[in-house]
Amino acid sequence: MSGLTLRRRPDRRAARPARDAVPVVLTDRYSPLPRKVAVRVIGYGLLALGTLLYLGPFLVQVATSFKTDADAVANPVSLIPSPVSMAAWEIVAGSNPAYSVPVFRWLGNSFFVTISVTLGRLIIDSLAGYALARLRFRGRTVVFAGVVAVLAVPGVVLLIPKFLVLNELGMFDSYSGMILPLFCDAVGILLMKTAFEAVPTELDEAARIDGAGVFRTFWSVILPLVRPALVTVTILSFQGSWNEFTHFLIATSDPDLATMNLGIARLTAGGDLQGSQQFPLKLALATLSTIPIAIVYVFFSRYFMRSGSATGLK
Amino acid sequence: MTSTVTREPSAGRIKPVRRRATSGHLRQERRAGWLFVAPAVIVLVVFLFAPIIMAAWVSLLDWNGQSSPFSGEAEFVGLSNYQALLTDAGLLRSDFMLSVRNTVYFVLFNVTGVVVVSFALAMAVNSYVLRGRSFFRTIFYFPAITSSVAISVLFLFLFQGAGVVNVVLSWVGIDGPTWFRDPRGVLHIVLSWFGVDAAPAALADTTMGGLSLWEWLSGPSVAMCALITLSIWASSGTFMLFFLVGLQDIPVELEEATAIDGAGAWRRFRHLTVPLMRRSIVLVITLALISSWQVFDQVFILSQGAPAKTTLTPAYISYVRSFGDGQFGVGAAVAFVLFAIIIVLTLVQRWVGRERRT
Repeated sequence: MSGLTLRRRPDRRAARPARDAVPVVLTDRYSPLPRKVAVRVIGYGLLALGTLLYLGPFLVQVATSFKTDADAVANPVSLIPSPVSMAAWEIVAGSNPAYSVPVFRWLGNSFFVTISVTLGRLIIDSLAGYALARLRFRGRTVVFAGVVAVLAVPGVVLLIPKFLVLNELGMFDSYSGMILPLFCDAVGILLMKTAFEAVPTELDEAARIDGAGVFRTFWSVILPLVRPALVTVTILSFQGSWNEFTHFLIATSDPDLATMNLGIARLTAGGDLQGSQQFPLKLALATLSTIPIAIVYVFFSRYFMRSGSATGLK
Repeated sequence: MTSTVTREPSAGRIKPVRRRATSGHLRQERRAGWLFVAPAVIVLVVFLFAPIIMAAWVSLLDWNGQSSPFSGEAEFVGLSNYQALLTDAGLLRSDFMLSVRNTVYFVLFNVTGVVVVSFALAMAVNSYVLRGRSFFRTIFYFPAITSSVAISVLFLFLFQGAGVVNVVLSWVGIDGPTWFRDPRGVLHIVLSWFGVDAAPAALADTTMGGLSLWEWLSGPSVAMCALITLSIWASSGTFMLFFLVGLQDIPVELEEATAIDGAGAWRRFRHLTVPLMRRSIVLVITLALISSWQVFDQVFILSQGAPAKTTLTPAYISYVRSFGDGQFGVGAAVAFVLFAIIIVLTLVQRWVGRERRT
């Protein structure tokens, strides 16, 4: 199903106008005018309500981060802070000597882990995907079955088991313990495999006849052709590891290794900010943790959605 | 025979000429094949399959997280962790049964809600008469890409006693509850409207897994309803995309033909769209079901199982027993029981879905 979306994408621009134009004409021609108007009114009404429900909370979040604690409690719905207070953001920026949160440490850790995981997954997924799609070797079916089996394992079930193995390997409380387990990416491997299978085998053969070895064929000839799939894997792993929480929760106890998410979670559930205090600060932190992904999303929302629907492959 | 070829280069000489032409390349391909999948295989074995086996072993131990579970210091207790969870009367079993009850309601309401909401969103942003569809799509998908932690913090604020949700409810004359402090079951509340304030004797005296039927039939607590709302809100964007893919596969001509034949919007939806979307619906239900059983992040941040344990989930018990109380054997056993529940439900659901299709 999702494979179709991926393959359909290149000619999407060409197909789009036709798809859009035809039904509009027909619907207009065959529907009585009042009904047409009614459908539009109801349709836009629903979309407006949806926008309010889906965007509203984020607007409240940003607005509240600029409020004073008292204002946040007294006027939770108001989108205009009165007075405008930078107190929460001053703490976030580290310019409040009385109270500090190691935000830069958290951001640094988040970026470091996210970039490492994304690079690692790109390499591992494309190599494995290529081998499973193209190379004939003994045990290929077994490896493939293993990868598919991984999809059936619910992530939360692995919480304790992952801690056990990290503990045993002496990787608890280390960057490697945070990063390496996240290299497990069965979805990514299968996405790459599907993409490689869509490339005609004649290209491999041509490269081979020209004297290219297996790695060179993979690297210089085939890999550039599956760029859309590489983009998908990049987005999924960027999003996935930036938003990851439970793995870091069980892989670390050292506050110096906390990522944005882990830091916020510890602060909110049982830390200094437990309960209903200091919502502007909490929401400022939540906003900050959302900003990187929101920026990328604004520019590449189309790719995000393509990637999102590609996970339906499961 | 083929394996000898890969191991000994000289073996290629005794092969027929026909095969010798390709054997050099094939050998290279075989070696490259394993080399290429090696990183993935190592990572999967070390961080996925090995942990599962280790956890299976630990679930049979009374291990406190200190030293190594293989050193023999931890006492081997057989299946007693599982018994404490499922059969022996005690705090652990009652906690676990409560968490199962909570999650069953969470799954029921969350899956239903998510299917309805995301289908409606997909229909809206796929409707040809409306403009700005991609803009709305972008908005509806946004919560799905933000982190569960950030969203949980936000919902903690929205669902405060005097928070945004209750203020909005007060505009329409509803006096909202103190969401995260309200352990009352929704079904119990509804029953109390009809004068059923306490458990009828039949329900109070019959127990299942140490929990009275009255408690099993509580419905999700008010606090759990806030969690369900969060979950529907946060995940409907993703499922909207799955439905969109399905909707776009419905031939436009088919819709037009039925429209020209005079079928009304509802009949078209009921007899054309829904049947053609069955595969997508089954997919979304399966995925929503699996993720609902795993709910953890939101519980960790929003409620820690409170109030009155009505938001306790198996995943959270597994975590707290292990890292909070140092009972890793129990934690691992909970994880396996949860694993079994999810596998069984997925199989049942697949079976139901498949039977309908044929």
